Amino acid sequence: MPVYKLNINGKIRSVDVAADTPLLWVLRDHLQLPGTKFGCGIGQCGACTIHYDGVAVRSCVMPVSSVRDAKITTIEGLSENGDHPVQLAWDEVDVAQCGYCQAGQIMTAAALLKKTPKPTLEQVENAMHGNICRCGAYHRIREAVLEAAKKTKP
Amino acid sequence: MSTLQSNTRRDFLKKISLTGGGLMLGFKWFSAHAEMPAILNAADPVVVPAFNSYLSIATDGTVNIFSPNPELGQNIMTSFAQIVAEELDADWTKVRVTQAPLDTQKYERQLTGGSGAIPHSWMRLRKAGASARYLLLNAAAQRWGVPATECTADSGFIIHKPSGKKFSYGELATDAAKIEMPKEVPLKDRKDFKLIGKPIRNIKNKDIATGKPIFGLDYQREGMVHAMVQRPPAFGTKIKSIDSEAVKKQPGIIDVVKFQQNVAIVGRSTWEIMKAKKLLKVEYEKDGNIESTKDHDALFTTLMDAPNATVQRKDGDVAAAFQSAAKIIKNEYQCPFLPHSPLEPMNFFAHVRPDGIELVGPTQTPQRAREAVSKLLGVPEDKITVDITRLGGGFGRRLKFDYVLEAAELSSIIKKPVKVIWSREDDMMGGSYRPAVRYRFEAALDASGNLTGYKLRGVGINAGNNTRQDNFPVGAIPNVLIETVDHVSPITTGAWRAPITNFLAFAEQTFLDEVAEAAGKDPVAFRLELLDKARKSPVGKITYDIERFDTVIRQVAEKAGWGKKPGVFQGFSVYFSHASYVGQVCEVAMKDGKPAVQKIYAVSDCGQVINMSGALQQVRGAVVDGYGHAMFGKLSFKEGKAEQNNFNTYRLIRMKEIPEVDASFVDNGKDPTGLGEPALPPTGGAVANAIYKATGKRLKRQPFLEEPLFAKMQKTEES
Ligand code: FES
Ligand code: FES
Repeated sequence: MPVYKLNINGKIRSVDVAADTPLLWVLRDHLQLPGTKFGCGIGQCGACTIHYDGVAVRSCVMPVSSVRDAKITTIEGLSENGDHPVQLAWDEVDVAQCGYCQAGQIMTAAALLKKTPKPTLEQVENAMHGNICRCGAYHRIREAVLEAAKKTKP
Repeated sequence: MSTLQSNTRRDFLKKISLTGGGLMLGFKWFSAHAEMPAILNAADPVVVPAFNSYLSIATDGTVNIFSPNPELGQNIMTSFAQIVAEELDADWTKVRVTQAPLDTQKYERQLTGGSGAIPHSWMRLRKAGASARYLLLNAAAQRWGVPATECTADSGFIIHKPSGKKFSYGELATDAAKIEMPKEVPLKDRKDFKLIGKPIRNIKNKDIATGKPIFGLDYQREGMVHAMVQRPPAFGTKIKSIDSEAVKKQPGIIDVVKFQQNVAIVGRSTWEIMKAKKLLKVEYEKDGNIESTKDHDALFTTLMDAPNATVQRKDGDVAAAFQSAAKIIKNEYQCPFLPHSPLEPMNFFAHVRPDGIELVGPTQTPQRAREAVSKLLGVPEDKITVDITRLGGGFGRRLKFDYVLEAAELSSIIKKPVKVIWSREDDMMGGSYRPAVRYRFEAALDASGNLTGYKLRGVGINAGNNTRQDNFPVGAIPNVLIETVDHVSPITTGAWRAPITNFLAFAEQTFLDEVAEAAGKDPVAFRLELLDKARKSPVGKITYDIERFDTVIRQVAEKAGWGKKPGVFQGFSVYFSHASYVGQVCEVAMKDGKPAVQKIYAVSDCGQVINMSGALQQVRGAVVDGYGHAMFGKLSFKEGKAEQNNFNTYRLIRMKEIPEVDASFVDNGKDPTGLGEPALPPTGGAVANAIYKATGKRLKRQPFLEEPLFAKMQKTEES
């Protein structure tokens, strides 16, 4: 099996896996980074969202072979001390219910704010629409993204 | 101040001396009997013999609380701790909460389901906190040589009021362990609550927001193998033959094992197993009824008139009431099966060793899971441990322990620690659904619009008694007949958030709307009038509190401006379940000729709210859940096989589809009742009643999206 050198959370990590292994399972099973979640495996729920060169992507449908030298950020690497504006807003607004979807929600929101630091409500909703929260915490997810935008310096 | 009377026989559990400092209270929080804490002196909670649950105060002032009930997003870890900390007058920033493993010696009702944890534990937790506070207060008084009455507790300190001197709880903990327990401890008045009722943030927010491995799916163990299981894809079939040669040759595959009607593929990583699983060839043969949704529709029609119904309740003479009726209203309502779809798929870790069994994972019912494993493998329960991870949602699915049994059985065969995980497809096709049900409601009105007769027949598939025969409006109507017919099917069903009432409430509340209209009455006035009848001339057994029901109806009508918003189409619904009352008003607006659900007001009476932030989340989440599933949720079957298997074909509500939710609570100071479920049942009815106002069309089947009203719109949009 080929060895892949991946740039994950600022570190180069090597994995020896089949080319079609989704990045999600590389993270979870091979790199001990289980913060990225498995919800559907077909790109529908957003639980597995990570950053690929700063853009939010679904890691469950991204083969490891296509990662190449892109900078990958997972929830574990979003901030050093859990103090990314989005993470802080998630606590302040008290978003989580079961919490399972939230890593994916946070990664989607963080990518949105990177590109669009002051999003409109509509932009927030468009960006977050792909992430399912089975507990239905959508009101606070929306509120927290807007709250994080207030904290984000453009 | 209210006072706790102690029961001396059982108050003092064993006093155990341990080395180190600090205060530890052991008491059966969840026991129906032993209420009062014993005093233990310990630095390390781990060394305490396992006959009790614990609240410990370390010498640095950290208060550690073990939370016994599984956490699945109902925020129980925070709410439980808040109750203890309130009576303890603890400094909230020093409170830590740990999930307790299964321990039937220490805890009773270590279960998440039925919205029952808070009501069960409310007084027990308060007493736990109050007892610890008493000990600390008296320890301080002794040290100062002053009467305890001159001392007070505040945020982790005992203060001597006249002098202003103070000690922290940490400083007092060791001495407090030597104080004799009181016969009774005072509990706070609710006007003095500082934590209870306040919006306190989820105590695990940081772990969640930073991706800590807190869920079952994240669990790893040295030497652990992974496994996925191929189960019969169609209900009513069994394995005929297996060809696993190709699978075994795949990289990373360790073994292929048949057990029961399952074929497990064991391997070193999830993806290798997922890939190999596609090469597994299993032939299945018929092993029971092979059913399709189409057949169920016909079956329901037959059962509606079947002679063998089970009578659930009978008041007066229904036949006579209908014979003499001035008007009869009759309608049928139907819902499909629903998968629970917690976002974390089923999974469990098991290690069956010669000397015992270790189980780790997400379960709503650790005790029943252990009992079942014990029975299956013939290992005594005291040789089986169960650690409970955080649950990525439950909704009732994890009240079943099929997935725990699988993991245990597989581990016993392969003699290795194994984590079995389900794919989303496995989860959606693997059973234990909200049962499909059809209801027929009939109402008889007399010439002056009084509801004189009421009939309900519920027919369902593995639904058991699919009615709530003693619930409103029963009790207000002189002649009632409620009966059920159940069809036994190979399609497995189970409790789904607000079991039965999640659909029954919709059917009943839309029907009552129609009856009110036929009687020429306003829907709110009509319900209040019925309650008044139950108050003045109650018929038979009544399980609901008429005044509390009355209050939520009036309060939500007031809050939503019922009947006072020209141009807004309003729908009303109210339901009593899990000992709580929730009234809802839905607002619909017409947009481009289509009804759009804008806002739902919800007023809940769940007694004392413990955590305002969590409570608002529970209500909003339940409304979103109730609305989303009423609108979109459908699992259909073709030849025994689920036709939807993942979120591309099974639609869950998403952000842009949610209505605004205005949630509030009746503030009556009554003991708390459940809130995990009760806000869900009324939603479908409120929505359907508002849509009726806007369009003149009654929705009678779920999902609404397939009703002619919406189906037609979708067609026009597509063309
Ligand atoms: S797990 Fe990747 S989108 Fe659902
Ligand atoms: S918080 Fe449970 S799925 Fe979103």
